[in-house]
Amino acid sequence: MKKIKAAVVGLAGVLALTACSASGSSGSADQLSVVGFSVLEAANEPVFADFKATDAGKGVDFQTSYGASGDQSRAVEGGLKADYVHFSLEPDIQRLVDDNLVAPDWNTGPTKGIVTSSVVVFVVRPGNPKHIEGWDDLIKPGVQIITPNPASSGSAKWNILAAWAHITGNGGTEAQAKEFVKKFLGNTIALPSSAREATTAFSGGNGDVLISYENEAIVARQKGEDFDYLVPDDTLKIENPGAVTIDANPKAKDFLDFLLTPAAQEDYAAFGFRPVIDGVTLPQVEGANDPANPFPVPAKLFTIADLFGGWSVANDKFFDDETGIIPALQAETGKTE
Amino acid sequence: MVKVSTPVRWLLRLVALGYVFLLVAWPVALIVQHTFANGFATLSETLSDPHVQHALLLTAQVAFWAVLINTVFGVTISLLLVRYRFPGKKVLSALIDVPLSVSPVVVGLSLLLVYNGRTGWFGPTLEAHGLQVIFNSPAMIMATCFVALPLVIREVVPVLTEIGDDQEQAARSLGANARQTLWRITLPSIKWAVIYGVVLSLARSVGEFGAVKIVSGNFTGQTQTATLMVEAQYQNFEHDQAYATSFILAAVSVICIVVVSLLRPKEQHS
Amino acid sequence: MSQGATLAAARPALRRRAGSRTNLTSGSSLGLGIAVTWFSLLVLIPLAALVATAAGGGWDEYIKTLTNEQTLAALKLTVGQSFVVTAINVVIGTTIAWVLVRDQFFGKRILDVIIDIPFALPTIVAGLVLLTLYGKGSPLGLEWANTELSVPLALAFVTLPFVVRTVQPVLEELDADVEEAAASLGAGRVTIFRRLILPSLAPAIAAGAALSFARAIAEYGSLVLLSGNLPFHTEVVSVRVLSFIEGGNTAAAASVATVMLAVALIVIVALDLVQGWVARRG
Repeated sequence: MKKIKAAVVGLAGVLALTACSASGSSGSADQLSVVGFSVLEAANEPVFADFKATDAGKGVDFQTSYGASGDQSRAVEGGLKADYVHFSLEPDIQRLVDDNLVAPDWNTGPTKGIVTSSVVVFVVRPGNPKHIEGWDDLIKPGVQIITPNPASSGSAKWNILAAWAHITGNGGTEAQAKEFVKKFLGNTIALPSSAREATTAFSGGNGDVLISYENEAIVARQKGEDFDYLVPDDTLKIENPGAVTIDANPKAKDFLDFLLTPAAQEDYAAFGFRPVIDGVTLPQVEGANDPANPFPVPAKLFTIADLFGGWSVANDKFFDDETGIIPALQAETGKTE
Repeated sequence: MVKVSTPVRWLLRLVALGYVFLLVAWPVALIVQHTFANGFATLSETLSDPHVQHALLLTAQVAFWAVLINTVFGVTISLLLVRYRFPGKKVLSALIDVPLSVSPVVVGLSLLLVYNGRTGWFGPTLEAHGLQVIFNSPAMIMATCFVALPLVIREVVPVLTEIGDDQEQAARSLGANARQTLWRITLPSIKWAVIYGVVLSLARSVGEFGAVKIVSGNFTGQTQTATLMVEAQYQNFEHDQAYATSFILAAVSVICIVVVSLLRPKEQHS
Repeated sequence: MSQGATLAAARPALRRRAGSRTNLTSGSSLGLGIAVTWFSLLVLIPLAALVATAAGGGWDEYIKTLTNEQTLAALKLTVGQSFVVTAINVVIGTTIAWVLVRDQFFGKRILDVIIDIPFALPTIVAGLVLLTLYGKGSPLGLEWANTELSVPLALAFVTLPFVVRTVQPVLEELDADVEEAAASLGAGRVTIFRRLILPSLAPAIAAGAALSFARAIAEYGSLVLLSGNLPFHTEVVSVRVLSFIEGGNTAAAASVATVMLAVALIVIVALDLVQGWVARRG
């Protein structure tokens, strides 16, 4: 009995000694804290590995946290440590600029701060039983839509603005666009907090169509999820920004530079992200509708800058809590957070 | 003792066994089946993932500290409540039970409000002195302590009450001082109660999910415990690994229950 | 079967030996001081911060948050389903306790261990466990995940042990002589159960029901994967609070959390009263 007691105490002691280091710096390696939006996790793994194989990346250790873009941005604002942040849309970086956590010149580089790109797509059940081909099919009665919650998710904002763009980009008025988005929201049966949670809800059997990133549809299919997706004839270009924080480890800047090289962009392409620089050889993208030609260009591709005057205008106009168009529409349809 | 008629007895057995089987036994068995569907391959693949290893180690560490703190606190409070008089005793006794009924989400939120590094009551001051609580292990340990707080106390208090202090009084009349009485008489007499409390606290601490999720920031490989890892694996379409990690956690809980169940009869001989 | 109760979910007041209580010495004062300080830092101050934050916006803001349609739906769902599950537990829990105490069959010990699994199992694992039998691809064809049945299912799972473990010790200690006497005087089995046994069990059942209700209201982890968290259909209060927290709206989160806290406190007070009443009746 005494020996067992001694063994237990010994084991406990060992555990205790190692306990202190849960968050403490291990000192030896450079540690980069990466805070990203929800769908990045799988794609970042090979990117980290390739970076560590470069000279600049030797000895770097990554700590990662993923979640809904808005929530993650607020978490960093609230004290979550980050050296590099990669969010779904520009306003989530702007929040940190306003809080003096990211330098105001973050978006003056060659790609204007954009690191990954995608388009808004429709994810449907195998065989597309409800024959959803375009945006107008979404507002038909009885069609159940899943899209994330704009209060927390970046993907949600892209989705809603894509719906708006379908009307105004094709010559419609703002009033018509409001009507359309109102019907769109009326058909949503769930507003999960992030793009990834929306995918999980959809694959759990809820809804007829999921509005999501093209890369998320591709990654889900790579992992064996059984659904189809389609790129509608007109859709919105998604641009995900990345930035280094002000007090970051200097290696973070090296990492960001690496992300804009063909090697990293190829890694991202393999997971369904559209490259943001030229000179990237596309690999076979499993999970895409056509792995040899994974990124078809839609007939009409709208951008935030062209159609909406940029996020600095659009974010307040559409998503401000008090005066935004979308929260008002949500209140009208009863579908709030 | 009244004997029920045979058909009634069989009906009761059927209802009881059927309910427990459909609700608990079969689902748990299915987890085991899913985990070992490919032999040991899934389990070893999961265990060799460094993120999973870190998550399991982190859970063990957080649980260790939470159980230790709760045991020391629990025994102290139990002794004070049963053997001493002091103002506010009844209030303290009632408040001790609060953590058992509070939702883990409420626990996480309340700790966040106080220890948050930017807007918390104490957080900014603590961080100015270099102690980061939220998004770091101290908050995770505190959240785990909170939810398991009453468990040791609820085991020890009834035993202390029932034993009475005859032996302590005898010891004191023979000249033992307070410390000797504590170490040689009181603590050994509650040994088994403390052990049950420790094992139950361990099971509860390993299993905590909601409160830790809120205060940890869920940093993969950093502040992600085993329970958070299960959620992440499931959401990353890694269902097999989620089942395997769940199996490990379920095995720990079941072992704890079985240990207590086996130890209890011994109490009558000691 | 000896004290099979692995849990001391709610112990009835035990016979008390004469134990004198002493006043605090300097050593024990120090111990009390440290313990109370720790308890304050861990429990009291955070809960106070919760109430303060909820009250921060004023009464109007508080009511506005609580009467938000989606929040109200979550509250109604949570309270309603907790009641339903508690009612089920009262019947089933007493039955199981009866079978454990008064019946003998092979494998009874295993049943005893299985009852405690929901208490010790991590809640997220409980959700996953239930998904295997009641989710997509269910062997029984019962695909309840993401439907409204998923909520009572998960709540029933996590609250299973409570009534069983409060009733079991009382049932074990029931005096057989009284029942024999009643039987010999001609009372039928049903009468004996209704007039003798049930009243003795009533406080224990009430205690178990209170604990079961409180636990059900507070549940979070098992519902995360199982219920789909669909607003107005399967979204419970704890999920709603988490949405507020993640959205940075701590005031709304705190407001809803105070409601949950109030329920927990009411349950504790009720339990305390029941146990005091039992103690007085001896």
